[in-house]
Amino acid sequence: MPKRTDIKKILIIGSGPIIISQACEFDYSGAQAVKALKEEGYEVILINSNPATIMTDPELADATYIEPITPEFVAKVIEKERPDALLPTLGGQTALNTAIKVAELGILEKYNVELLAANIEVIKKAEGREEFRDAMRKIGLNVPTSFIVKTLESAMACSEEIGFPIIVRPSFTLGGTGGGIAYNRQELVEFCTAGLDLSMTTEIMLERSLLGWKEFELEVMRDKNDNVVIICSIENIDAMGVHTGDSITVAPAQTLTDREYQNMRDAAIAIIREIGVETGGSNVQFAVNPVDGELMVIEMNPRVSRSSALASKATGFPIAKIAAKLAVGYTLDELTNDITKETLAAFEPSIDYCVVKIPRWTFEKFPEAEDYLTTSMKSVGETMSMGRTFKEAFQKAMRSLETGRDGFGGDGKQLMTHLDQEDLESGLRIPNSQRFAQIYEALKRGMGIEELYTLTQIDPWFLFNFRQIVDTELEISKKGFQGLDSEFLRYCKERGFSDKQLGYLTGTTENDIRQLRKKEAVTPVFKLVDTCAAEFESYTPYYYSTYEQENEASITTGKKIIILGGGPNRIGQGIEFDYCCVHAAFALREIGVESIMINSNPETVSTDYDTSDKLFFEPLTREDVLSIIDQEKPDGIIVQFGGQTPLNLAVPLAEAGVTIIGTQPDAIDRAEDRKRFQQFLQKLSLRQPENDTVKTLDEALSAAQRIGYPVVVRPSYVLGGRDMRIVYNDQGIKDFMIAIGGTTLEHPILIDKFLKEAIEVDVDAICDGKRTIIGGIMEHVEEAGIHSGDSCCVLPPHTLSKALIEEIKSATRAMAEELGVIGLMNVQYAIKDNDLYILEVNPRASRTIPFVSKATGVPLAKMATKVMMGATLDELGLMAEVEISHWAVKEAVFPFDRFENVDTLLGPEMKSTGEVMGIDDNLGLAIAKAQIAAGSHIPKQGNVFVSVRDSDKKVILPVARALVDLKFRIYATKGTADYLQKAGVECTLINKISEGRPHILDKIQDRDISWIINTSLGKRTTEDSYLIRRAALDYHIPYTTTASGAAALVRGMQELEKNELSVQPVQYFT
Amino acid sequence: MKAIIALEDGTTFEGHSFTGHGEAVGEIVFNTSLSGYQEILTDPSYTGQIVTMTYPLIGNYGTNPEDMESAAAHPKAFLIKEYNSYPSNYRSTKPLAEFLQEYGILGVEGFDTRALVRHIRTKGAMKGIVSTRDLDKEALVKKAQEWSGLVGQDMVKKVTCTSPYGWGENEPVAGSNFETAKKPGEKAFKVVAFDFGIKYNQLRLLQKKGCQVQVVPARTDAKTVLAMEPDGIFLSNGPGDPEGVEGVVDTIRELLGKKPIFGICLGHQMLGLAYGGSAYKLKFGHRGGNQPVKDLTTGHVEITSQNHGFCIDESTLPAGEVEVTHINLNDNSLEGMRHKKYPAFSVQYHPEHAPGPHDAEYLFDRFIDMMRAV
Repeated sequence: MPKRTDIKKILIIGSGPIIISQACEFDYSGAQAVKALKEEGYEVILINSNPATIMTDPELADATYIEPITPEFVAKVIEKERPDALLPTLGGQTALNTAIKVAELGILEKYNVELLAANIEVIKKAEGREEFRDAMRKIGLNVPTSFIVKTLESAMACSEEIGFPIIVRPSFTLGGTGGGIAYNRQELVEFCTAGLDLSMTTEIMLERSLLGWKEFELEVMRDKNDNVVIICSIENIDAMGVHTGDSITVAPAQTLTDREYQNMRDAAIAIIREIGVETGGSNVQFAVNPVDGELMVIEMNPRVSRSSALASKATGFPIAKIAAKLAVGYTLDELTNDITKETLAAFEPSIDYCVVKIPRWTFEKFPEAEDYLTTSMKSVGETMSMGRTFKEAFQKAMRSLETGRDGFGGDGKQLMTHLDQEDLESGLRIPNSQRFAQIYEALKRGMGIEELYTLTQIDPWFLFNFRQIVDTELEISKKGFQGLDSEFLRYCKERGFSDKQLGYLTGTTENDIRQLRKKEAVTPVFKLVDTCAAEFESYTPYYYSTYEQENEASITTGKKIIILGGGPNRIGQGIEFDYCCVHAAFALREIGVESIMINSNPETVSTDYDTSDKLFFEPLTREDVLSIIDQEKPDGIIVQFGGQTPLNLAVPLAEAGVTIIGTQPDAIDRAEDRKRFQQFLQKLSLRQPENDTVKTLDEALSAAQRIGYPVVVRPSYVLGGRDMRIVYNDQGIKDFMIAIGGTTLEHPILIDKFLKEAIEVDVDAICDGKRTIIGGIMEHVEEAGIHSGDSCCVLPPHTLSKALIEEIKSATRAMAEELGVIGLMNVQYAIKDNDLYILEVNPRASRTIPFVSKATGVPLAKMATKVMMGATLDELGLMAEVEISHWAVKEAVFPFDRFENVDTLLGPEMKSTGEVMGIDDNLGLAIAKAQIAAGSHIPKQGNVFVSVRDSDKKVILPVARALVDLKFRIYATKGTADYLQKAGVECTLINKISEGRPHILDKIQDRDISWIINTSLGKRTTEDSYLIRRAALDYHIPYTTTASGAAALVRGMQELEKNELSVQPVQYFT
Repeated sequence: MKAIIALEDGTTFEGHSFTGHGEAVGEIVFNTSLSGYQEILTDPSYTGQIVTMTYPLIGNYGTNPEDMESAAAHPKAFLIKEYNSYPSNYRSTKPLAEFLQEYGILGVEGFDTRALVRHIRTKGAMKGIVSTRDLDKEALVKKAQEWSGLVGQDMVKKVTCTSPYGWGENEPVAGSNFETAKKPGEKAFKVVAFDFGIKYNQLRLLQKKGCQVQVVPARTDAKTVLAMEPDGIFLSNGPGDPEGVEGVVDTIRELLGKKPIFGICLGHQMLGLAYGGSAYKLKFGHRGGNQPVKDLTTGHVEITSQNHGFCIDESTLPAGEVEVTHINLNDNSLEGMRHKKYPAFSVQYHPEHAPGPHDAEYLFDRFIDMMRAV
């Protein structure tokens, strides 16, 4: 029986901003679902607040609501659109939780909307700890001894029976937020208090700890006829105790006999049936006792997940697409396997390679946070690689991570040689982000597998494979360059050694090894990902490289362009760049040019085999990319869309003779090299903040004094604002120098005049080499000094004069033309006392391209691709700048709640993981929507705590007045209170923490404060203000750390008083 | 130790042995199961074959005494991408290399197994040879060509038991089983199982479902079987070409209609021949644990474990007498049938799994129901 005809219009809920535990995998699944349903002729309505997604492209769904994903907004969309059905299983936990709340509000019933794939009972049965445990017992499966409690007292009582260590998991939260492993009563109190607070249902589960058990996941699919298939098994290298999102994982499972695997498969099938997921994909997690094989069910997610995205990429089976089709009534045996074309979706993929996923952490951004991995996820991205051996796949994944590593070891990096044995062992015992460097060190020290197993609980099979890599490394060192005959070279490559590692280990260079390989004909071949281990012919050109005999790559002869993707998500480089790469592929398709994508991030749309004409799932390193270029001989390569990753490759690739299309690497260098940039600006008579480049402490001090404090300091060799600081005095310079490595440095540091209280502006433009069109001018809400990625910004500018806007436009045009930009360019300006300063020019796609495109309806990345292929803007019909009459506001989303002990202050170093967009005809409402979408509750009444630094007082005065008008009561600390009272604003004095109790923290803990405005100087200057901000975060009280941010929010609050929030599809605005 | 793999069409590969010296000629086939190499090795149906695993990493969990599907390992040689010599599993008692050595099976690793599989997929299953002793490729190709192959050969006689046995506590027990295994107060169905190369899990499952099983040699005649007064007759899997098997089809024809019959794999093919049908050789067979089969009586899809190179030709079955009950969704080939008049049904695949999914275990219940209904 084919698809249902009784439903016509389907609402899909997306997953909102990128946060830890919910990244672009849900854009991948959502975009697939929208396409699949459209293909079937359904009218698709979408709600997602994240403008950087492909799924919110206006041409994808029939109506796309870039609105906050809250029950209230979803209700508004339902009321307006009257869909027949709601599909809640493709937008992660956010969509599922929101769907539950919408149902509970009675909205679905009221408007007669059917929940597809999983109804409320199913979701509750899978997600509610107690219901799930009971369901498992009913079908004879074991779950760890556990208790569900709603209070701290009962938690303490249950702990006796369970025994320490105890895992604490709050119900209904994202990615296990707030959970942890308590080893004693005190820790139990801490975790329970936090967990009860975070749980949507004030409910936590205490559970027997299965530390040291092996962890597995199965991806299951079911159709309405009760056909069930397993798409993929995944084994976690890290034993139980580390969140699966933070575990290095391998597909398929490696250490299970068939008997154990089939028992697990039976259990997964029984679970999906018992829970009652009607159609679609689910993920089931298991623990296996390595001593006796005892099987425990850990959890199941009745929806597509990060793991299902991984499984799709690992096997070639598009889980989300098939899930969408099953949801509308198809059965697995009615759907074809896209890859083989002749066989059906009713089968279980078999793979003939090994897949390794490694998470990418970002502890360096949060130095105050302790680097431990627990049951609460902390990584911000991941990379995947494929190889014919585990060793090859693992080493490829290590270099795909783009953390500077060239493999497991043998690259002289991330060395742990300095650790004494005791510290090393403690690192091995307690999972952390450096663990694999520590295992490498332990193996180098000759520690045995059994000993390492005892410490790490990592299955000996993996440890043995690691040891084989280390043994090979030693052999390479011993043999040296002369010893690299073709046989041994091939052997090393089969074990995943990169040219860089081989160069390092033999005292030669990457290039020497490359030349040697070419001479000895040791070059990689490309194998197909075909879902079936070669049993059937496959038609989808999805490849990975390996060192084998047969090359399966089919070489096409038409015009073709390679697009380099962005690699694993990290703070500063994420979905926005993937969006641009995907658009490049779409644009090439539109003009009949073959697109070839190279990327290593399994979460993305760019690594969907549907996106480009050919997909290479490969590390983005010079060696790996050149291998593909040698093979494909493309007409050109696009490096300006994937963020910093491809840019770093631009020069080495150009040197190797590759044609880079669009803006040339020299233009990038001209914008990045200090000296050349200065000359460039001088030529155009443009201004930049006074600056200097220095190498020693003395030089730094004299430069800073000459320029005048405050200054912005940063090392010249890092990107994305790493280690960037605003410094106010000599001591600050000294601290900075110590922090980055001493009084005399190898690489220079850059010192810029910091423009206090300046307005920052971001501009995206497109240039065809002759003409430049401004895509969008975004005015930051926060003043200059806060990383642009962390700022809230408004498009079009809301306070700038016409003259200033014209000046910005002409400066942008002049720079684009002078640089010879062909494609995209982003400029960051600061405006101080009506003077325009150039802060930064990036002749490439920026993070804001998707936001601007969504706000204005101009597909900048697509157009830029066509421009790079030789079209003019005239030919593309982009004759003039698009003026919009609505407002689009971008707000950043931060991961502070994931990291204990971290301050929430914003600064020059980017900390946000994602962004949302608020769009409305009314500026204040657009601001309010952006805030709501970012997860802030906008206070409607109550007490506002205000404590600001002197320089912010004049900005905060009107804010305080407005708050009083809005019937809020203001609490302020001494300085602020004096200032406000003097200006006639009524407020109540409250103690700072250091002034004795009762103080502000008491008020926060009593939940007597509904908004906190607290600004402070750059660093964690006073312990006081830090404690207040952290308490705000921990108690989920809205807080604002900039005066301008507070002003914007008040504007939103004022408009909310006067207007009802309404929803409009993005198609309405553009 | 260098090893050469040579095919009858002249294709060669170079790997190395991980089990010492050896030379073996056989039919080269591939299996796409991700796990279960021990069960595959001990399945007598692989007699005369050289088995290639498509999954590249083999040996990971070692071998153990419980996962034996017969008393020995049967393929001529075992070809894999990478042998993992450090088994990790609580049940493992012996690394795979030692296990293979114990049964004299040549194990070869370190070559492009996917290329070999693609070759077989395109050109069809073919004769091949693996050797560490003779590294002359031309000579090896010639030896492969000279080998008789499996078509028309009676491979069953090489693996069937020589005398009857019963099934005890997870192991064969010589002699008659019908009286001893009966549990007090329980009606146990007595099943005579023809051993064409039977897998132990068929016996384990029959026992689990409440049957007493008496295994008999392939050429046991109908009179002897009927004299045992069984409630049902089970026809096991086995190696090779059904049309090469001597002295069995007539026996089955004699038993048809007298007792309920359930056939698996070769047993299914023998039943097909007894119905009057004929078999043909598949291009490269079905071997793996992910084959989708549709039960035409329920519309349900099951994921099955398969291992066969021959198939019953649906068009040769007597019209009106035999009903097709299962088909393979990959190639629509015949996977199951039932006789319309007599209590007899069979499947081409392996409902006893081991290795593979458990989806089709219900067929054993159908057999029980059939015996109960008589």
